[in-house]
This record gives sequence, structure tokens and C-alpha cells, in this order.
Amino acid sequence: MEPDKPASSPATRRIAIDPVTRVEGHGKITLLIDDDNHIVEARFHIVEFRGFEKFIQGRPFWEVPFFVQRLCGICPVSHQLAAAKAVDQIVGVNQLTPTAIKLRRLLHFGQMLQSHALHFFHLSSPDFLFGFGSDPTKRNIAGVLEQYPEIALKGVKLRKYGQRIIEAITSKRIHGTGTVPGGMNKPFTLPERDALLADIDDILQWSLDAVALNEHIHTAHPDHRDFGSLHSHYLSMIGSHGELEFYHGDLRAQSSGGGDLLAPFDYCNYQRILSEEVRSWSYLKFPYFSALGTEQGWYRVGPLARINNCAFISTPLAEAARLRFKAYGHGKLVHDTLAYHWARMIELLHCAESIHLLLHDRDISGMDLQVEKGKYQLQGIGVIEAPRGTLFHHYLVNDEGLVTQANLIVSTTSNNQAMNESVRTVANQYLDGQEITEALLNHLEVAVRAYDPCLSCATHALGKMPLQVTLQRVDGHVLHQLTKNTEGAIQSSPNKH
Amino acid sequence: MTMTTDTIRIDDRDIPFTPGQTIMDAALAAGIYIPHLCHHPGLPPSGNCRLCMVKIGNRSTAACITTATAGQQIRSDTPELNATRKTITQMLFVEGNHICPSCEKTGNCKLQAMAYHFGMLDDHFPQFYPRRELDASHPDILLDRSRCILCDLCVRASRDVDKKNIFTTAGRGTQAHLIVNTPSGKLVDSPIAKTDLAANICPVGAILIKEKGYEVPIGRRIYDWQTIRETGLQEQVELKNKD
Repeated sequence: MEPDKPASSPATRRIAIDPVTRVEGHGKITLLIDDDNHIVEARFHIVEFRGFEKFIQGRPFWEVPFFVQRLCGICPVSHQLAAAKAVDQIVGVNQLTPTAIKLRRLLHFGQMLQSHALHFFHLSSPDFLFGFGSDPTKRNIAGVLEQYPEIALKGVKLRKYGQRIIEAITSKRIHGTGTVPGGMNKPFTLPERDALLADIDDILQWSLDAVALNEHIHTAHPDHRDFGSLHSHYLSMIGSHGELEFYHGDLRAQSSGGGDLLAPFDYCNYQRILSEEVRSWSYLKFPYFSALGTEQGWYRVGPLARINNCAFISTPLAEAARLRFKAYGHGKLVHDTLAYHWARMIELLHCAESIHLLLHDRDISGMDLQVEKGKYQLQGIGVIEAPRGTLFHHYLVNDEGLVTQANLIVSTTSNNQAMNESVRTVANQYLDGQEITEALLNHLEVAVRAYDPCLSCATHALGKMPLQVTLQRVDGHVLHQLTKNTEGAIQSSPNKH
Repeated sequence: MTMTTDTIRIDDRDIPFTPGQTIMDAALAAGIYIPHLCHHPGLPPSGNCRLCMVKIGNRSTAACITTATAGQQIRSDTPELNATRKTITQMLFVEGNHICPSCEKTGNCKLQAMAYHFGMLDDHFPQFYPRRELDASHPDILLDRSRCILCDLCVRASRDVDKKNIFTTAGRGTQAHLIVNTPSGKLVDSPIAKTDLAANICPVGAILIKEKGYEVPIGRRIYDWQTIRETGLQEQVELKNKD
């Protein structure tokens, strides 16, 4: 028996949602239910194996940022930048030129903007605009386009804008280059800047609208407050004054009751603070604060963690939105899992404002892109706030410049335990002896979706994923089965009891 | 150099040649592109890659190692030959480990450019996934045998131009591989320098100058704005101008 789960007694049943839809990558949910229909265990499994940590061993370190960004089709910029920061350390560079650092920040804001827009508008908005249990054939971005074209188009254009920034700096919208050891490989031209400036007012307004929409959705639905909510610890990066920070800074660990678990720490010391547990039923590891142990030490990362952890936001519109968010929580931590969406849109607004500022910054079009390399180091650690949370890249290299060891803690990994807990909470709250329906199924997925998990860091096949939920007795006899085919049609199995 | 009035005919076009000149050199000099990877103007031919296979009557031959002879009737740019060349390109891909999406040579790679030239959309053949040794021992130069296509250009450049004779090939068939002519077999023990032609002639990403590959942005690499046909002809012009 595995230590992290209760025994499956003869009276339990197993339900599997395989795969979970409208998330990045492939995962499944399984539930063990007893005779009273209480949830004995809920698990969110990551069923993909990626293996990047292994197969970059033996590769040259300067190749790493472009190798590991292939982890993901949505947030490759985050992986490239985290690895680039690690590579900077390896080549002995501690400080980039003003232009290079601002280009990297602009790139990162563009990445964050497009990823957040994609997640809310394309993947999650159907749940909120139509209802968790609404007609599944309409509950998708195509349905949003049909019924709420203005909202859908804003989302599409917001994402496109972020991708345009990425393309301008890395030469491609997905999987470009850009970073080099100690700087950047190409300047940002004035025509590129002017083209982006021409649309920034719309981007700012649409970001404000997105915050307002999410604020309304969350505050107008009291049941959202407790939906899969957890009193968790939080981990995120903060700036030197405690502000919201995505690119570089110390890490803050805050306890579920509020207040620091420990003083903000240099991310290069992460191994003294964090540990990872491996469980046999998932390819995703379970990180935790070492001092608190596996049971009490799990934490959440991502937009909710960042907005809870920061003392302020440096841009005025996002800061005003954050203050309303704090007021909603009466000044305390907001633990509502569905408030991830609201926090995410506050960050979206911060990205839009920051992009606006950077586009007006004279340094952004500078030509001084690289600094001289320093003393070669045998280790590099790069940490960044990716859209989904704190992202760790840690590499050891040998004298010849080849990677000998790598450790990546991707954002979704840190939310692993939390996603499992949220699934269990929602299952207990909504399953409760009910016959399995597609609507119930989607409630579980809504809980997972709030975290914007990037399971494979791979491109997704929106609306094309087959889905099967099976209710079976412990002896394997199938009691009830729901199947969604690749066209989205739902079929109930004939052996329904 | 004495010009003759003798000609060969390539794809219905008569072109002149000089005595001793190969079909490849005569074709390139006349502005006719015959696909190639192991040929490089100024280096002796080796006939390794077989992409330049042409038809003289019913006989197939590699244009880079066949001497032009007056009156030859040569077919090169035909659907059949190009289909064969595409197949050869696919074979070159599957025999090595070519990670184009993240390879630092992407955009500057002749093998990749050749794949585009022939409209190669997949590998067709099963991947070999060979295990090949990577040599990072030299402070300036990386030898990644996973990408080597055994074109022999580094061997000839080192031997005939650099006069250092650093590389050679060993083994046969699928076991053939590039070796370094030092007791240790490591580049660091060889006299190779990053300014040597051998260090810069690799058409793929097997021999690279360390830490430089990603400095040229996407969009400004050779094959982002030129075709391999254009660069193939250009190399011949550059050699002529040099002479």
C-alpha cells in the first residue's frame, strides 16, 4: 500500500476522468468512493513523462535555454528566461545591461499577458459565462465567440498582442531565441516599438475590463468562495520592496494564517527550504517546505500566491485592483481557489501597464545588449515567476561546459498537492451520492482548471480530447460509463444501472 | 586556364567545361545548381553524400567526381532524380540525431536547407537514434557526432587547407564515424584552432565554435533569406573571385 493513500476497501468504487480537458497537457482524475458516497481519496494524476532533466545531461550549457523551452508551447519564454538566468550565472554574469534586462522583462510581460489571456478567455471563461453544468457542446471558446463575441475577441486580441511582443524580441511567437549568455541577441527596433504602442491603449482597456469581469464573477457568486478552496501556504517571488515581481527577486513563503513562514530568501538557497516527494501514481513530484514536512508543508504558487504575497503592485491600475481584492478578503489572505482567475486578471493588467511603461523607456531600443563574461561557474540557478507560478531551473556543469545534472521544479509541480486537495473538496461538495453526470465531471475539472495547470508544458488540442468517466465496482464490474468522443458528443454506456 | 569550345549538355542546356573539370564544377560555373552537401568549391571531391547523382544516358553517377567529357548528355533536375535525392536526405536525417527545433545550427544548416529544398515533410524512415560520442574537450570547439553526416569536408579541409590532418573517418556502414587523429582521440589534444577551415566548414552542427550558435537571431541566418540553391551557386562565385 502506498503511504499517501488509504487502503481501497472492498466497499470502495473508483471513478476516473481521463483525460482532464481544457488544460495544458494530459492528466486524469480518479476518485475512490465508499458505500456512503463519501470521497475516500481524490487524485489528480499527471500521466505524461517528459524526462528533460535526464536528456539534457551531456548537452552544452548554452544550448539549454532553447532545449528546455520545448517543454512548453504556452510558456516557453518562461523556461527560456529561467534557463538563461542560470546560464548567466554559469558564465559569471551578475548584471545585464539596462537594455538587455528591460528586453527580458518586456518579453516576460508579453509572455505572461498572452498566457493569462489564453487561460481565462479560451479555456476557463466558458465555465463562468455559461455555468459549470451548462451544455458541454457550447461550453468552449467557440460557444463564447457565438454568444459573447465581444468578450471572446478581446481575449483573442489580448493573447495576440502578447505574442507580437514575443515575436518582436525572439523572432518567433513560439520557441524563438533571444537570450544569449550575458544578454540578448537582437535589439528592439523603433518600428517594432511604435507598432506595439499603437495598440497599447486598447490592451490597457481590455485588461481593465477583464479584471472587472472577474471581480464581478467572483463577488456575485457566493458559492465560488468555497469552491475547492484551501487554507494553504503560499510561495512567490517579490521585489526588493515587497512588490509584485515576475523576473528577479527573493522568494517569500507565507503561512496559511498570514505572516512569513520564514524571512524572504535568495532563490539560490531553495534546496535548503524546499524538498520534493515522489509518489508512485504520478509523474509529477510533490514539493513541500522541508521544515514543515510532507503533510503540512505543501503550498500554492501562481497568481493567487503572488497577489496574496506582494505588499503592493508598482503600477497604479493593477494596484487599485489589488486593493479591491484585499478588501474582499478583509485584508487577510484570500484562499478562494476560484479567486485564482481574479488574481490572474490583476496580473494581466499589471503586464499591460508594465508593457506600456517599457515601450516608452528609452533603454528598450538600446544597442548595448551583452556584457563581458566573467569567471566560469560550475553551477547555475535561475528562478522566475512563470504564468503558473514559481519556476526553478538548476544546472550543474563540468569543466567542458556540459550539463551533468539538472533539476527543474515547474510551477504546476508546486500546485500538485493543492490541485489534489481541491479536487477532493469539490468532489465531497458536489458528488455526494449523485449519479455521475457530465456537469459533475466538469465541476472537478473547474477546480483543476483554476490553477491553469501546464501538465506537459505542451500545446493543447482544444475540444478534441476524448474523455471517459467510468464508475466501477471494486471487482471491476462497470456500473456506468460516460464517453465524450473527439467531436464532443457525449454518450452514456448501455450497462448503466 | 584555357577555355575549350567543347561542351556538355545538362538538362537541355549546353555548357562549356575545361579539361579535367568535373560535371559539378562545370555546372556550378555555368550557374546550374546540382544539389550537394559534401562538395565544396576549392576542396577535392569525395563523392560521399550522393545527392549530386545525375544520369548520363542510363548510367547514374555522382557529378562531383565525374569528369566532364565533350558531348555528355546529362539529366539532373528531373522528378525521378529529385525524388531519390529527397530520399537520401531523409536517410541522412534518420541516421543521426538531428534536433532541428533547438539545434544552434538551425537556419544555417545545409542539411536542413536541403530538406526544405526538396519539400521534405517527414523522415519517412524509422529513426536510428545512434549513440555517438560528444567531444567538448576543446576550449573553443565542440564536436557533436550526433549531427555528423560523414560528408568528409572537415577531413579534407584539415588535410588539404589547414595542413593539420586532424580528422578522419573510421568504421564501416552504420558504424562509420568521425575520429580525431590524436592518441587520446580528443580534440583538446589536437592542434585545431577556431580559425581553421576545418572548424568552420561543417555543413551541419557537428563541428561548432562554442557558445556562439544562438548569437545570430532567427530571421538573420543564412537560409532564412537564401535558398541552398543560391548559396550553392554563390560559393562557386566566391571561389572564382578569390582566385
